[in-house]
Amino acid sequence: MKFLGGLARFWYDFIVGDDWKIAVAVVSALAVVLTALLLAGLSGTAAAVLGGVLLAGFFVISVVVDVRRS
Amino acid sequence: MPGATWGLMASTFTASFVEFVEALTIVLAMGVTRGWRSALAGTATALVALAAFTAAAGYALSTWLPPALLRLVVGTLLLIFGLQWLRKAVLRSSGLKARHDEAEEFAEQTAAARDAVADSRFGLDAFAFVVSLKGVFLEGVEVVFIVITFGTGAANMRAAVGGAAVAGVLVLVAGVVLHRPLAMIPENALKYGVGLLLAGFGTFWAVEGLGVFTGGESISWPGGEWAIPVLVACWLLVSRGLVLTLPRLKPETAR
Repeated sequence: MKFLGGLARFWYDFIVGDDWKIAVAVVSALAVVLTALLLAGLSGTAAAVLGGVLLAGFFVISVVVDVRRS
Repeated sequence: MPGATWGLMASTFTASFVEFVEALTIVLAMGVTRGWRSALAGTATALVALAAFTAAAGYALSTWLPPALLRLVVGTLLLIFGLQWLRKAVLRSSGLKARHDEAEEFAEQTAAARDAVADSRFGLDAFAFVVSLKGVFLEGVEVVFIVITFGTGAANMRAAVGGAAVAGVLVLVAGVVLHRPLAMIPENALKYGVGLLLAGFGTFWAVEGLGVFTGGESISWPGGEWAIPVLVACWLLVSRGLVLTLPRLKPETAR
């Protein structure tokens, strides 16, 4: 159990790193694009452009929040 | 060789180069202060563990996941990973975080190695063995992760491995010849570049992979693979904008 806990901790630190907000920003942006694809019938090209814009926007927000709070 | 393959090799080369330089610093510090036998034994053990990890992870990813889902998983992981690098690079460039210094890192490692108690097991110095093993394995996992994600995402594992292998050989040769940490390498600038590349490729593949939920086919970016350099350029613009504006949010911390 201790080994599994350590393994989970290692992968969390490795992928999510010291700022969880980045992971939340990426997953949130992709979730919004997926929702738009499924519910609004967005075209592939529009989804690609929206994805790029949202990822950049959410990244900026997460870094600004990080700096303001630090 | 197509431009995309060169881009792929350059990406894995640069990312791996930075990680190999960090691993070399740790092994050098242990070798110089505690003895080369234990440091190299730790390095060799880490390399065996890495080979097993690479085989298992590479096989699992390429065998079990359909192409579009693979791109979504690989792209999302690359994006999270790449944006973490980019965040640190932005904070360093804007003076809100101390720059990584390999000479400083070497001095810290050697000081810790000199202070550590001597504990010999199986004829090896336990401290040097464990620190070398841990350092090489952790830096190596990052290299493996980048190589596997790039290789599977672009369906060109040979180019991805090639880029990392060239970087490994170069760092190893430089380490053997110079016998000191590669502090002259512009590591912070390289890390900034790696962050941009990971973010660019990650954005491309993650969004493409969303197509798995709409019929299984990948979503096409306008311009196909030419969208990748455009995305890297966009991330550069976004990051430069942050470098310029962030110090205004925290003028008392910025240096």
